[in-house]
Amino acid sequence: MRKITKVLFKEVIYLMQKDFLLEWRQKYAFNGMLLYVSSTVFVCYLSFGLRSNALQVPVWNALFWIILLFTSVNAIAKSFMQENRGRLLYFYSIVSPQGIILAKILYNACLMLVLALICFVFYAFVLGNPVQDIPMFLLSILLGAIGFSTSLTMISGIASKAANSSTLMAVLSFPVIVPMLLMLIKMSKNAMDGLERAASLDELLTLLAINMIVVTVSYILFPYLWRS
Amino acid sequence: MKNWWKILTVLLLVFTVAVGMLSDVPRLAILNETIRNLYFHVPMWFGMILILLMSVVYAIKYLRKPSIKNDIIAHEAAKVGILFGVLGIVTGMEWAKFTWGEYWSNDPKQNGAAIGLLIYFAYLVLRSSFAEQQQRARISAVYNIFAFAALIPLLFILPRLTDSLHPGNGGNPGFNAYDLDSSLRLVFYPAVLGWTLLGIWIVNVKSRFELLRQRIYENV
Repeated sequence: MRKITKVLFKEVIYLMQKDFLLEWRQKYAFNGMLLYVSSTVFVCYLSFGLRSNALQVPVWNALFWIILLFTSVNAIAKSFMQENRGRLLYFYSIVSPQGIILAKILYNACLMLVLALICFVFYAFVLGNPVQDIPMFLLSILLGAIGFSTSLTMISGIASKAANSSTLMAVLSFPVIVPMLLMLIKMSKNAMDGLERAASLDELLTLLAINMIVVTVSYILFPYLWRS
Repeated sequence: MKNWWKILTVLLLVFTVAVGMLSDVPRLAILNETIRNLYFHVPMWFGMILILLMSVVYAIKYLRKPSIKNDIIAHEAAKVGILFGVLGIVTGMEWAKFTWGEYWSNDPKQNGAAIGLLIYFAYLVLRSSFAEQQQRARISAVYNIFAFAALIPLLFILPRLTDSLHPGNGGNPGFNAYDLDSSLRLVFYPAVLGWTLLGIWIVNVKSRFELLRQRIYENV
C-alpha cells in the first residue's frame, strides 16, 4: 500500500513538472488568460463608467467572482483539450489515471491561484478596494482557486470527450459549481465587511467538505473516463 | 402474484387523492386548506431523490459491468426524476403563491431545486452529444455520479446553513417536530410511497420499451 502511494506521488510530481514546463515553454494558456482577465476587468470598469470606490460592496463582490468564474472555466477547459491524441496514448501506457487527475487538479489549482491573485490586484486597482479584512479575503481566493480547479478539471475531462466541447463545458460546469460559488461569495462578503473571522467558519468548513467530496469522486471516477 | 406492487401503487394513490381531498385537516393560519398540498408537493421531492438515487445506482452498476440494460435504466430514471422535479417545482410555486405571497421568493431550497434540475438537463444534453453508444453510456454514467455528488450538498447542506421559508431550515424545526399531526401522517406516508412507486413503475415500463426498441433496431 505504501509503495503504491509512493509511486502515485512520484507520478503526480512528474506530471506536474511536465505541465509547468509546457506552460513555461509555450506561455500560451497563461498569457492568454492574463489578457482575458485584464480585458474583462477593464470592460467592466468602462461599462460601469465610474470613478474608483463608487461600486456598492455586494456588486463589487459578485462581479469579482463572476469574472473569476468565467476565467477559470476558460483556463481549465484547455487542460485536456490541448493534449494531442498521441501524447494521451503515451500517458495511457506509462502512468496511472489517478496520477493524471491529481496532477491536473494540483496544476490547475496553482494556475488559478496565480490568475486569481493577479485578477484581484488589477480589479482592486481599477475598481477600488473596499475589502476590510484582506487576509481573510485572500483565504477565500485560495479556497476558490482550489474549489474551481477540483470541480472543473473533472468536467473538462468529461467535456473533452464530446463533440462540441466548449459549449458543453459551460453547460456542465455551471450548475455543479453553484454551491461552491454561493459559499465563496458569502465568505468573501464577510471578509469585505470586516466581520469577525469566526462568522465565516461555517462557510469555510462547508467549502472544504465540498472540495473533499469532489476530489474523492473524481479520483474514483476518472479511470473510467480515461479508458475511452 | 408478480404485480402486487402495481396494484398497491394504484390503491395508495386512490387513497391519497380521495382521503387527501376529503378528510379533515388541521386549521392553521395562512395555510388553511392549502395544507393538502403536503400530499402532492412534498412526496414529489422524496420521489425525485429516490429515483435519481436509482439512476446513480444503475450508473455505478454500468461502470462495474457494462450492459445496455443498466444504461437504459439509468437514463430513464434520470428522465423520470426530472419529471418529478418539475412537478415538485410547479406544485411548490403554486403553494408558495398562496402562503408566501410570491411564486418565487428566492428561497434557498427553491434555488437549490432549480439548480438541481439544471444539472440533470445538462446530463441530457451531454448524452445527446455522443454518437457512439458505448462511449455515451460510460461518460454519461461518470457525469451522473459526479453530478449527484454535487447535488447532495446543494439540497441537504446549504439550505440548512441559511434562513429559509421551508420548514427544517435556518433553525426552524423540521415539520415532524411541531406541526405534522397524526391525521396528516396517515395520508402523508402512503402518499410518499405511492408516488415513488408510480415513478418506479414509469421507469420500469419505459426501460422495457426502450430495450425492445433497441432489439428491433439490431435485428433490422
